[in-house]
Amino acid sequence: MMASLGARALTRLRALQQVAGRRADAPRLTSSTLLAIMLALFVAVLFANVGMGAVEIPPAQALAVLLSHAGLDVGVDFDARTDAIFWNIRLPRVVLGMLVGGSLGIAGAALQGVFRNPLAEPAIIGVSSGAAVGAVGAIVLGFSIFNVHGVAVAAFFCGLLATAVVYGVARVYGQTAVTTLILAGIAVNATAGAFIGLFIFIADDDQLRSITFWTLGHVGGATWPVVVSVFPFFLVGFLLLPLWARSLNLLTLGDREARHMGVSTERVRVGVIVLSALLTGAAVSVSGIISFVGLVVPHVIRLTVGPDHRFLLPASILGGAITLLLADLVARTVVVPAELPLGVVTAMIGGPFFLWLVHRTRRSWGGME
Amino acid sequence: MNAHNVPRLVRALALAGAALIALVALAACGADPEPTATPVPPQATATPVPTATPTSPPPTATPTPRPTPTPEPQAPDGPVLPATVTDFEGNEVVVDDVSRIVSLNGDVTEVVFALGLGDNLVAVDTSATYPAEALQLPKIGYQRSLSAEGILAMSPTVVIGNTNAGPPPVLAQIRATGVPVVIVDTASTLDGAARKIRTVAQALGVSHVGEELASTLESEIDEVKSLSAGAQERPTAVFLYMRGLDALFLIGQDHVSHELFEASGAVSGAVAAGVTEGYIPLTAESLAAADPDCIVVLTAGLQSVGGREGLVNLPGVGQTAAAEEGCILDFDDQYFAGGGPRTGQVLMELLRAFHPDLAPGG
Repeated sequence: MMASLGARALTRLRALQQVAGRRADAPRLTSSTLLAIMLALFVAVLFANVGMGAVEIPPAQALAVLLSHAGLDVGVDFDARTDAIFWNIRLPRVVLGMLVGGSLGIAGAALQGVFRNPLAEPAIIGVSSGAAVGAVGAIVLGFSIFNVHGVAVAAFFCGLLATAVVYGVARVYGQTAVTTLILAGIAVNATAGAFIGLFIFIADDDQLRSITFWTLGHVGGATWPVVVSVFPFFLVGFLLLPLWARSLNLLTLGDREARHMGVSTERVRVGVIVLSALLTGAAVSVSGIISFVGLVVPHVIRLTVGPDHRFLLPASILGGAITLLLADLVARTVVVPAELPLGVVTAMIGGPFFLWLVHRTRRSWGGME
Repeated sequence: MNAHNVPRLVRALALAGAALIALVALAACGADPEPTATPVPPQATATPVPTATPTSPPPTATPTPRPTPTPEPQAPDGPVLPATVTDFEGNEVVVDDVSRIVSLNGDVTEVVFALGLGDNLVAVDTSATYPAEALQLPKIGYQRSLSAEGILAMSPTVVIGNTNAGPPPVLAQIRATGVPVVIVDTASTLDGAARKIRTVAQALGVSHVGEELASTLESEIDEVKSLSAGAQERPTAVFLYMRGLDALFLIGQDHVSHELFEASGAVSGAVAAGVTEGYIPLTAESLAAADPDCIVVLTAGLQSVGGREGLVNLPGVGQTAAAEEGCILDFDDQYFAGGGPRTGQVLMELLRAFHPDLAPGG
């Protein structure tokens, strides 16, 4: 009984959520094939990221450094500089990139599900723009508790606050409607935009530079303490969000239908929103604004294997991590010894890609359908 | 559905936030990268000297292990090493090799060249525009968006910059690799220039050269000040910042231009216009309030509004005494506002424009 309902929900999902425009019966990859491809890609990108950079570190030395921190001496000599660059600069950066990319990916996928809207991304619940207000405000007003981490802390809290406002405003009689949530999100984003504009207006030249740097996204400042401080949020999100996969599948039938099938829709919404806000808030606070990862990654996965959230959510973590690592690899290797802003790279790849996606949809579905 | 979900959401968010604060606080206290060492890599923090093992030397300049450094005051030409300096951030930094210098800011680059160590520079940032040799050096990006690995790829023996250099985690990352990082005051004031020269010189082991350079600069400044003290009338001068027709500003009294004007015998128009700090948009009214006899602009800014003709055609500018008398001066950004070794020359040029009769040879 439940199984057939679940199957019906999946069929419905395919019909409803296919922005990519493929027919539900069109040949696509099986999920295990895609998983294998993604894992291979992930390992390749990971090695490229760890191995490439402005400073050349031979693989043997990299391995030796890694093992030396695990307490093993493999007899390959390396100097302190190699150790410091590999262990203190490159590795935390790669780990942070993975975590940030993964969190943006899964948050995007879950929000697209809960909003039943292919255009949803972490920004829709106000968390990114709220975080931006916090960060820009901290830069301009010189709010710096905890030394250099003041901006990150302010960004995190304002991100969560903005999400709470979106949810609080949209909630009527203990319920939220998707449309109201989206409208509240738009309103909060607009207000946040005004505050950012105000802060930019009163900022001096130096602060403007910092604001620009922050809003363009970066993972270059990653250190182990930073990674460790945000890791718990990522871990919680990665472990808990996929638990709602089945509910998200049923939710695509519509709120009422999902409720009839035993889904507590409001609880799913709150859960997904809170976890997505945590993931995105943590990501944005340490890396600034990195656009398009949360939007594009889930689409690509849906395009290739279909919209089942049980696969989509975990796969979006992997996909987000791959995308971000690739973008960071580009960012830090094309203009050596300088660096491109990460957000510029993701948007430069993500923007045209999304255009192509929209174009494809139009062609096969005939426009507005 | 009950209405308790809202507080629950807020509570959940607040709890999560509190957890982050605690964690960040822990991280900040436990591993504040600056003076204390990061706890992670024991090797990296042990010594501030780039220890080179014979197996994998950096591409160039293996810092040859110096057997008990011999500071010889009677060798006035070469750097005296190791040099110890307390930099602007209060860190005591020991520099024991200046063979490969990375400079993070244009003004520091200019000072390094003026100290005669230009040949030791291996990379500079994109704001380094003077002297011309600096333009030929590899660029590590812009001073405010630096990357640690790019800088370390140049195998620097010392990294030096001012407080504009950042972001801060990047400097901490560089320090963690054992490369000494010296941060000097940005010093966009008149007396800050000599101080900056002395600090940079001390950090690079050439205090004697720096002292000479700094005291020359100070005597140049004093000379202009004493010459301008005899002025009967003081013209009013304003400094306009321009980036195209949509970004025109009248700069306030907290800018170094204010001090330059006062020292060279002019009255700063920012005072009359009431701009104590920052800047105000340049309008016909704000300019009328300042009522300048001379207008000072940056060369790049002047070009962005179409040269002198374009400037005179801006609302209100044509009606000023400055436009009528043709007293419009343009300077390179680094030269005029960089707070560098050429500040004395800037002052003399200003004096010549404001008081041709008082300037030597005028």
